Amino acid sequence: MSAQPDLLYSEEEEALRAAVRDLLADHCDAPGVIARTESDAPHDLAAWKALSDGMGLAGLLVPESLGGQGATHREVAVVLEELGRAVAPVPYLTSAVVATEALLALGDEELLGRLASGRSIGALAVGLHTAPGAAVQAVHVEGGLLQGELSGIADAAAADVLLVPADDGGLYAVDASAVTITPQVSLDLTRPLATLTFADAPGRRLGDAEPAVRRGLRAGAGLLASEQLGLAEWALTETVRYLKERKQFNRPVGGFQAIKHRLAQLWLEVVNLRAVARGAADALASGEDADLAVAVAQAYAAGVAVHAAEEALQLHAGIGMTWEHPIHLYLKRAKADSIAYGSAGAHRTAVAELVDLRAP
Amino acid sequence: MTIDAAELQRRTAELLAAHPPATTDRLDFLKARFDAGLAWVHYPQGLGGLGAPRSLQVVVDAELEAAGAPDNDPRRIGIGLGMAAPTILKYGTEEQKQRFLRPLWVGEEVWCQLFSEPGAGSDLAALGTRAVRESGGDWVVNGQKVWTSSAHVARWAILIARTDPDLPKHAGITYFLCDMTDPGVEVRPLRQVTGEAEFNEVFLTDVRIPDAHRLGEVGDGWRVAQTTLNNERVAIGGMRLPREGGMIGPVSGTWRERPELRTHDLHQRLLKLWVEAEVARLTAERLRQQLVAGQPGPEGAGMKLAFARLNQEISGLEVELLGAEGLLYDDWTMRRPELVDFTGREAGYRYLRSKGNSIEGGTSEVLLNIVAERVLGLPSEPRTDKDVAWKDLAR
Ligand SMILES: Cc1cc2nc3c(=O)[nH]c(=O)nc-3n(C[C@H](O)[C@H](O)[C@H](O)COP(=O)(O)OP(=O)(O)OC[C@H]3O[C@@H](n4cnc5c(N)ncnc54)[C@H](O)[C@@H]3O)c2cc1C
Repeated sequence: MSAQPDLLYSEEEEALRAAVRDLLADHCDAPGVIARTESDAPHDLAAWKALSDGMGLAGLLVPESLGGQGATHREVAVVLEELGRAVAPVPYLTSAVVATEALLALGDEELLGRLASGRSIGALAVGLHTAPGAAVQAVHVEGGLLQGELSGIADAAAADVLLVPADDGGLYAVDASAVTITPQVSLDLTRPLATLTFADAPGRRLGDAEPAVRRGLRAGAGLLASEQLGLAEWALTETVRYLKERKQFNRPVGGFQAIKHRLAQLWLEVVNLRAVARGAADALASGEDADLAVAVAQAYAAGVAVHAAEEALQLHAGIGMTWEHPIHLYLKRAKADSIAYGSAGAHRTAVAELVDLRAP
Repeated sequence: MTIDAAELQRRTAELLAAHPPATTDRLDFLKARFDAGLAWVHYPQGLGGLGAPRSLQVVVDAELEAAGAPDNDPRRIGIGLGMAAPTILKYGTEEQKQRFLRPLWVGEEVWCQLFSEPGAGSDLAALGTRAVRESGGDWVVNGQKVWTSSAHVARWAILIARTDPDLPKHAGITYFLCDMTDPGVEVRPLRQVTGEAEFNEVFLTDVRIPDAHRLGEVGDGWRVAQTTLNNERVAIGGMRLPREGGMIGPVSGTWRERPELRTHDLHQRLLKLWVEAEVARLTAERLRQQLVAGQPGPEGAGMKLAFARLNQEISGLEVELLGAEGLLYDDWTMRRPELVDFTGREAGYRYLRSKGNSIEGGTSEVLLNIVAERVLGLPSEPRTDKDVAWKDLAR
C-alpha cells in the first residue's frame, strides 16, 4: 500500500484560512454578493484584487522563480474552502487553479507570471461540465487565426486571456478583447458562464492542448471538493444556528428528533467530505495516487454539497425560499458544482477503470 | 524524566533484548511488556504504562510488530481493554487496579459487560437488576442481563445494578466487578439470526459480591458507567485500514473474479459503495492522525454510524451479486464462537451479522441523538423521568 496522505491542516494552513476568512468577511458579505449578481458585473473584482494582489494567492501553485508563491494544492484547498463558505464570486478556481495548471503543463513563463500576480485573469476555454480526460470542443485554426464558437465557459466575462483548444491539437492564448464574449443566463449566479465567438481572432500557440487541458481539469475537479466542503460547512453551521433559535410549538425546532437526526447525518457527511477533500488536495500536491484520489473525491463531494444546501433550504423553510436569504446562492453553486469538471457518475466510471471494477 | 518517542524506542529495544520473541513464551512476553510499562504507555507506572502521551503508543506498537512480538489479541479481549480497563483505572482502588489490570491486559482474564437487560436497552439507566447490601457488607445481586458478548468465556464482568429504587433512575445505580465463576451466575446461549450464539443471557441469582469489588461510590454507578460507555464509542483506535480493507474487499474480489455475475445495476451500486468505503477509510485515517497529533476530534462518534451502514449495504449487495448462490447459506449449526468472524464466513453470514452493527454499543438512532446534542449542541430530548423515583416509573 502506498503511503497514507496527510489529512490534517498545518498551523500555517490554519493561519492562511483565518486571513482569507477575514478578508472575505470585509469584502464579500451575502447581501453584496446578491446585489452584484443582479448587476452587469457579477464578479467581485475588488475581492479578487485583495486576494491576488494583496495576499498573493493567485500565485500559490506557481513556482517562486516565475513570480508565484511556490506553495501546493494543500494551501489552495484551504483558500477554496473559504471561498466556498462565502460563495465568493471570484475567478479563483478557474484562473488560479485550472488555467494556471494548464499553463504549468506547457511552461509558458510570461503568462504564468501574469496570472500568478493576479494582473491578468485567465480562463480555460473548455465547457465547465467537462471531466478530466473527456473530449473537448475545439475551434478552427488557420494561420494563427481562430474561428468558431465555444459555450459554457466559466468566468470568461472576467478573463483577460483565454486558453483555447484548436482543431490542430494545440492550445492557443487569445486576448479576451479579440473575442466576442456573450454572457449566458447561468444557474450559478456566482460563477457565470459565457459563449465565446471567434472571428479571425489572433492566437499564440502554447503547445499541445490534451495534456494541458487534462492537467487543468484534474486539478480543478480535485480542488473543487474543497470548495464544496466550505459550502457544505456553511450550510450545516447556519442551519444548526438557525434551528437552535427558531421556535415553533413552544420549543426550539432543533430539539425535534426528526430534525436532529437529519442534521447529525449531514454532519457525518461533512466529516467524510473533509477527509476526502484533504485526501485529494494532498494527492495532487504529492502527485501520488492523484487520479484515483480526485475521482473518489468528485464521486462523493457533489452529493454532500447539494444535500447540505437542500437541507439548509428545507429546514429554513419559508425564509430559505426567499431571494433575500443567501441560501439560494449556495444551492445554485452546489448544484452547478455537481456538474462542473465532471458529474459524480463520470468520476465513478473513472474509479471503475482505476481500481479494475469493470462494467458488465 | 520525560518519555518521548526516542525513549520509548530505547525501552522497547531493551524489552526485546531481554525477552526475544522467538524464544519467549507468549504469556511471559506479554507480562514482561506490561511490567516494562509498554502495554498502554499512557497508563501510570506500575500499571502497564509510563505516564507518556497516549499518542506515542503507535511508536511502541510499530517496533514490536516489526520484531514479530506476540500481541495480546485485542479483539478477543476487547471489552476488557476498551471498557473495563479505563473505568477501573479512573474509579478503582489501588488494590483493584493491581489485581485486575495485568491479567486483563495480557488476556489471561476475559471480561464481559453486564449492562443491558430485557427491559433496559437504550434506556439503560432504567435497569432493574437489584443489589442489596447485607449487614456483613457484601452485596447480593438478583436479576437478568441480555445480549452479553463473551459471557461464556469471561472470567469477570463489569456490572451495573440498582441499589436504591426510591431514587430517580440515574441516582440509584451502583457499579460492580462481578466474578463470572460465582455459583449464582448462569450463562445461557442466546441464539441469534445467524444461527450461532455469540451472545448470552445471564441470570444472576443471589450472587454475592464483596464490597471490595464495588467500583466507585454507592449510588454513583451511572457516572462510573459513563466512563465505560464513552470508551465504548471511541473504541475505533489506531488501526490503519488499507484500501479495500473492510467489507468492500470480498465483494470487490468477487466482482473481479466472476464476470458472469455482473449487471449494470449492481455495477452502479458497487461503485457508489466502493467510493463510500474509501471515503470512510480516509475519515478513519484522518481521525487516527488527529489522535496521534494529540488533537482528538468528535469524528469518532460518527465512525460507528458510518461503518454500520456501510457494512449492511455492502453485505446486502454481495448477497444479490451472488444470485443463485445468494439463496444459499454456509451453515446454520448452532455454535458458540469466541469471536465474530466476518471474513471466515460467507456473504449471507456477513449480511445477517452486520445487522447487529447498528444495535450493539448503542443503536444508530441513539448515536444520532448523541451527535446532535454533544457535537452540534442541539437541545436534548424532553425528559419526563428525571425527578421520579425508579420504582414509580412505568415499565
Ligand atoms: C450484536 C449485539 C451485541 C451486544 N453486546 C452487548 C454486550 O456485550 N453487553 C451488553 O450489556 N449489551 C450488549 N448488547 C445490547 C445493546 O447494547 C442493546 O441491544 C442496545 O443498546 C439497544 O437496546 P434494545 O435492544 O433494548 O433496544 P430498545 O432500546 O428497546 O430500542 C428499540 C428501538 O427504539 C429505538 N430507540 C430507543 N430509544 C430511542 C430514542 N431515545 N430515540 C430514538 N429512537 C430510540 C432504538 O434505536 C431501536 O430502534 C448487544 C446487542 C447486540 C445486538
